[in-house]
Amino acid sequence: MKYESQSIAKLYFIAAIGLFVGQILFGVILGLQYVIGDFLFPEIPFNVARMVHTNLLIVWLLFGFMGAAYFLVPEESERELYAPWLAKLMFWIFLVAGALTILGYLLVPYATLAEITMNDLLPTMGREFLEQPTITKIGIVVVLLAFIFNIGMTILTGRKTVITLVLLTGLVGLAVFFLFSFYNPHNLVLDKYFWWFVVHLWVEGVWELIMASLLAYVLIKVTGVDREVIEKWLYIIIAMALISGIIGTGHHFFWIGAPDYWQWLGSVFSALEPIPFFMMTLFAFNVVNKRRRDHPNKAATLWALGTAVMAFLGAGVWGFLHTLAPVNFYTHGTQITAAHGHMAFYGAYVMVVLTIISYSMPIMRGREAANARAQVVEMWSFWLMTVSMVFITLFLTGAGILQVYLQRYSEDPMSFMATQEKVEIFYWMREGAGLIFLIGLILYIISFFVKGEDVKMLGSSVSIEETS
Amino acid sequence: MRETFTKGMARNIYYGGSVFFFLVFIGLTVDTVQTLPKTDNRENLTEEVVAGKRLWEHNNCIGCHTLLGEGAYFAPELGNVYTRFGESTEAIKGFIKSRPVDGIPGRRSMPQFNFTDQELEEIAQFLKYADGIKVARDWPPNIQG
Ligand code: HEM
Ligand code: HEM
Ligand SMILES: [Fe+2]
Repeated sequence: MKYESQSIAKLYFIAAIGLFVGQILFGVILGLQYVIGDFLFPEIPFNVARMVHTNLLIVWLLFGFMGAAYFLVPEESERELYAPWLAKLMFWIFLVAGALTILGYLLVPYATLAEITMNDLLPTMGREFLEQPTITKIGIVVVLLAFIFNIGMTILTGRKTVITLVLLTGLVGLAVFFLFSFYNPHNLVLDKYFWWFVVHLWVEGVWELIMASLLAYVLIKVTGVDREVIEKWLYIIIAMALISGIIGTGHHFFWIGAPDYWQWLGSVFSALEPIPFFMMTLFAFNVVNKRRRDHPNKAATLWALGTAVMAFLGAGVWGFLHTLAPVNFYTHGTQITAAHGHMAFYGAYVMVVLTIISYSMPIMRGREAANARAQVVEMWSFWLMTVSMVFITLFLTGAGILQVYLQRYSEDPMSFMATQEKVEIFYWMREGAGLIFLIGLILYIISFFVKGEDVKMLGSSVSIEETS
Repeated sequence: MRETFTKGMARNIYYGGSVFFFLVFIGLTVDTVQTLPKTDNRENLTEEVVAGKRLWEHNNCIGCHTLLGEGAYFAPELGNVYTRFGESTEAIKGFIKSRPVDGIPGRRSMPQFNFTDQELEEIAQFLKYADGIKVARDWPPNIQG
């Protein structure tokens, strides 16, 4: 570690992993409620468990992005963080606000939470993913602003690299689009239209900038490939992401009462959205093949390659599957959507955060890479989580195809609830895969505590260029 | 990538492309917002409906149901429930009112929200309003949602 203040990232990463565990525990509860309908009812109804599951996901990914920025920016900028104390303060504010919000979901009925947080003053609650009380949303904005100020000042007063500038653009975009969560018009169509300015323009817009820059950073570090090459890739990837993804928002405007031209625009542009994800895969493998050194952290390289592949599968392939309007007419709001949501979030954002954690954590603990045994355990956790996520996706896709057929396509459509019973077997299998995922996650945490001999960097210029 | 394709060119595509498409998106958004009165059923956006939307939000109905296909996939689509229930707000109110407090053994069940008669009316009016939004191809594909 070159700069003292980089170690602040450790706090953020530990919190991220802790909340990740919470997210998955509630995922397993949800999966069980799908098949045993009254499980934990009425103490923890499905909607409460779901809010906890999805909000924990978003919050821990934000912790992960912030930690990543605190680790990477000082090193790239070649200076200490502008205000380390502010980063620590914001950490505690964010953690306490997040914990209180989750406790609020679990301990009082949601309507009571809305009342005690005075939602009527500025109503923002009760919309998917944006369930947080308004006061929490304001807290998130404050934390984001302080964070961006801190990171921004470090970047702008230090060495500027393409990686840090792209990262900063992504983070500013994240904060700006979050502001749309405060706009909640009475008109349902307008509400839905602008709701996507947060959700879609995050995951298929500015978050892709964050993801690509984190991936580029780790790849430079573990492969030693020339910055010029990496930066060119980075620009072209994010160019394609925004060119396709901004108008691609239209794939959510098909059936909410928006004008008909969105059927065409949304279909065509979102059909291009897999391109940047495919380029990330090409990029990652290309760069690893051309590596100038063999970094001892094999696990980090595996995570980086895995991110590229899984993001392409989850976002690119499973996204394309249902993005054309004539297909989406049938699949809209079914288990197909859930299948895609899971693999895309995991493949792109969960995995990229785990990649940077894998690379940076050993360094913050005073070594170049974790010991060989710890890395083996970590790689096992990689495979368990990744393969079980593939199966979760496949089972949900199975459920979704049957659901579409029985409920929406056949001559004699069945009711929603009757259809759900017919596809129950897939939900049981999804729950099984979910338990394996949980085991993988436990193994992941164990990997941080496995002892063994340190791995040293091999002679740094082992030339493998001939093989590429 | 080949040498003829320089980093500078990649950067220009990024800046030019994203600014251009962002501006197009803003233009389309302005047009959409101006066209919406034709489809969004705003003529029926009464005080009661507004109150119903607030109740919908304050009880996190979207955490189990979809509304126009968005939300959770645990419980039925409600964007067309007014049609499905025979265009009867009374039927909707009756359903919501009759949910057992402790659920239905072994099955998915909806919580008992203990709404007042006034609140039931507001929720039902909100769902009726949502059903009245003119959606392309009259989605969902059939009455089952
Ligand atoms: C990493 C990037 C992505 C993530 C994290 C992601 C995640 C999600 C999530 C969570 C939803 C469900 C939203 C809801 O609850 O209503 C969704 C919906 C959707 N996504 Fe993505 N997505 C990504 C990329 C893509 C891409 C690249 C495409 C197209 C090629 C795509 C196509 C769609 C479509 C069409 C829907 C709407 C499904 C429906 O009609 O129900 N997504 N996405
Ligand atoms: C043990 C594994 C997991 C199980 C059993 C599980 C289960 C579930 C269930 C049942 C839902 C609600 C679907 C509905 O609305 O009807 C859900 C939603 C969601 N979960 Fe998970 N989950 C798991 C892991 C994950 C992971 C690892 C991620 C992130 C990478 C994730 C992200 C999401 C998202 C984004 C949604 C909202 C989906 C949408 O709106 O389309 N889950 N999950
Ligand atoms: Fe999208």
